[in-house]
Amino acid sequence: MNRYVLTRFLLILPTLLAVAVIIFVLVRVVPGDIVELRMVLGGSYVTPQVLAAERARLGLDKPIWHQFLDWIGGMVRLDLGRSMWSGEPVAREIGLRLQLSLQLAIMATLIATALAIPLGTIAAVYRGSWVDQAVQVFSVAGLAVPSFWLGILIILFLLTVFQYLPPLTFTPLWTDPKANLAQLIWPAIAVGYRYSAVATRMTRSALLEVLREDYIRTAWAKGLGQRTVLRRHALRNALMPVITVIGLEFAFLIGGLVVTEQVFNLNGIGKLIVDAISQRDYTLIQGLMLLVAVGYMLVNFIVDLLYAWIDPRVSYQ
Amino acid sequence: MVRYSIARTRRWQPIAVGLLIILLVVWLPARPTEAQQQPRRGGTLNYVVSALPPSFDAHRETTFAMLHPILPHYNMLVRFDTRNFPKVIPDLAESWSASRDGMTYTFKIRQGVKFHDGSTLTSRDIKASFDKIIFPKEGVISVRQPIYQMVRIIEAPDPQTVVFRLKWAAPGFVEKLASPFNWIYKAEIIERDPTWYERNVMGTGPFKFVEYVRGSRWVGRRNEDYFERGKPYLDGYQALFISSRSAMIAALKSGQALIEFRGVSPAERDDLVRTLGDRIQVQEQPWQCNLIVAYNTKKKPFDDPKVRRALSIAVDRWGGSRALSQIALVGPVGGLMRPGSDYALPESELVKLPGYGRDMQRARTEARNLLREAGVPEGFTFTLKNRDVQMPYEPVGVYLVDQWRQIGLIVQHSQQETAKYLADLRALNYDASVDFACDFIDDPDVQLAKYVSSDVNPANYGGYIDRQLDLMFFQQSRTADRATRLKVVHQFEKRLLADQAYVMYVLWWQRIVPHWRRLQGYKATTNHYVEPDMREYWLSE
Repeated sequence: MNRYVLTRFLLILPTLLAVAVIIFVLVRVVPGDIVELRMVLGGSYVTPQVLAAERARLGLDKPIWHQFLDWIGGMVRLDLGRSMWSGEPVAREIGLRLQLSLQLAIMATLIATALAIPLGTIAAVYRGSWVDQAVQVFSVAGLAVPSFWLGILIILFLLTVFQYLPPLTFTPLWTDPKANLAQLIWPAIAVGYRYSAVATRMTRSALLEVLREDYIRTAWAKGLGQRTVLRRHALRNALMPVITVIGLEFAFLIGGLVVTEQVFNLNGIGKLIVDAISQRDYTLIQGLMLLVAVGYMLVNFIVDLLYAWIDPRVSYQ
Repeated sequence: MVRYSIARTRRWQPIAVGLLIILLVVWLPARPTEAQQQPRRGGTLNYVVSALPPSFDAHRETTFAMLHPILPHYNMLVRFDTRNFPKVIPDLAESWSASRDGMTYTFKIRQGVKFHDGSTLTSRDIKASFDKIIFPKEGVISVRQPIYQMVRIIEAPDPQTVVFRLKWAAPGFVEKLASPFNWIYKAEIIERDPTWYERNVMGTGPFKFVEYVRGSRWVGRRNEDYFERGKPYLDGYQALFISSRSAMIAALKSGQALIEFRGVSPAERDDLVRTLGDRIQVQEQPWQCNLIVAYNTKKKPFDDPKVRRALSIAVDRWGGSRALSQIALVGPVGGLMRPGSDYALPESELVKLPGYGRDMQRARTEARNLLREAGVPEGFTFTLKNRDVQMPYEPVGVYLVDQWRQIGLIVQHSQQETAKYLADLRALNYDASVDFACDFIDDPDVQLAKYVSSDVNPANYGGYIDRQLDLMFFQQSRTADRATRLKVVHQFEKRLLADQAYVMYVLWWQRIVPHWRRLQGYKATTNHYVEPDMREYWLSE
């Protein structure tokens, strides 16, 4: 097991290097120039000499391979460089937003899981009944309604009915839990609902499949109670694909909530990615894409480990 | 005796009642005005800023996103009076004078002005700040250096005097010094590290820096040692960074923010007024921003002035102004200089320029004739490049496509993300493109600079080299006599928009600034760069 974990962990490194090369090349293939965006947009009279000096200051006058080596060298020293737009260290720019994005992802995951597993189980157990139909309507609606649209509806509802708007600035959970939750609970509900719809459907279909297995029939034949059959034998095995979906969705939430963050004015990773790309802030884009890649790799890694914990048939020997 | 008194009282009764009525008539409406004129101290102003400041150094940035949150920490040498814009008034200068030949400007500096660290401001700080802007050391970026080419040397003969010696008598020199980007820094700091101000704040302004949470908020609190007695009125301010339009409008509706100093679209204005009723006030002004069409003069058929002129003539600006101002933040019809400004062509002259006539049937016939003369009688197909920013680019782009369709041109409207759009313009990878310009001042040195040859100013995307325009730009910049300068400016305008038609002015922008009535002392100007003038604002409750 330990050997598997170590090998799996070490495999992350070459994957990261490949991702780094792809990101580095891709951001430079896309047309656009941070210096012009910052200094010329709007018709300012800036001399070509000033533009050249700014490009030199940002290191954009160096050959591409040189820029790549500088960046990789920095990464080896755990230095992601400075944002070309703000001049702040990339790690600080990301760290500032990661706290919010991570908390929102966790809250949305908790809401989604708390809804999806009981609802999916009930729908599977009472397949074909009105309960199943109701759960299906709930989950299909969740899939059909984009979370940002639900977010807009929530804001309009709060504004129109209660003349209330959630706080516009982020307060860390440990500084003021009330203000923190007042801001994040609404986007967490908007995102968590869509997320729960995916997981509910997955739970239902996985459980239906498992309930047809021979060992479940054996469990019933042994005279075990419904709760024991469901919890100990069926659900545990059915959770494998559900965990995969939850894991992937969680990783997506870290940087993928671009529009929802805009709607609720959340200072998160998704908004930062959009800003960095629209400003052609190469160093920041590279740092953010690496973060997303690392996020996905870590979540996959953890999901793999969870398989073994949940399903005794899975072995990493 | 008693009778007399009663009689006298009765005789005075109508007079007293009359006086009372007059008093009531005069006094009652005067009450709110009086209240408005009595600023109240206290409170925190929350407002929206729709983009993030790249750095904190105004000498190297060009964006309002840096001015709106950080300007209240600084002073300029002289500044624009936002209540009587574009009048220039003293800021850190107490007074100034110009020599008879217009080659020397002497500024007397206020005494007892303190930086936020407690040190005293002297002329050395003013000189060091302007030296950084006009004569930057190697490695220091100053984007407005070309505006001050006329300055030969800056001297600080004593702690209370600064002298600007010029190479030529430059018109509008003091207005240029009043740029809201010319913040005065502490000499000792910029001499030690000229890049220090890129990530730090320390000025003499009405508000001291409290905190900046990147992407979230910028907070300032009142500078109790501010040199203007009794000001500022506010205890502090909080600039909220909100880039989404819907979130911004929600913030304004909820009262979490009282204003956004750039402006909103007509639809957003109407939505806010509908929701907030008389709690909101709307101020509108023609804006020192314009939308133009740039042509790639290196590409056929746009290398032919006849074709460019035909495209300009075919667009109904007056009708466009009426229709588009209902849905987009555009409105005034104008030429090269902002309509209403001292340099603008009067309407009677403007309508004589090709493309500004009101008879569109005649104009379109003329446009078709020009196309025939240019060898494209059947019209042609081309792409109009535009930014993927909705307001006001998209509706104006759609309007242009429709106007050109009416003279037989087939136009594809291609909207692109700003970085790609800009890269294509720079590489001359386009046919025609919607372009724009915004600035803080009507001075021709600033407004005309975009149109000098592309080898002189990289912001000219037309790709043309026109030494006549360059010469006229040079001449107007060195002409102290106002009437002669105006004449040269209008010659420049005629060559740019009519004879060569290198660009086409579509419409000027209309600034619409809604704000809660609670915010008092605010007066919208013709541009969003000189605001916020935070020392003047106060909250009514």
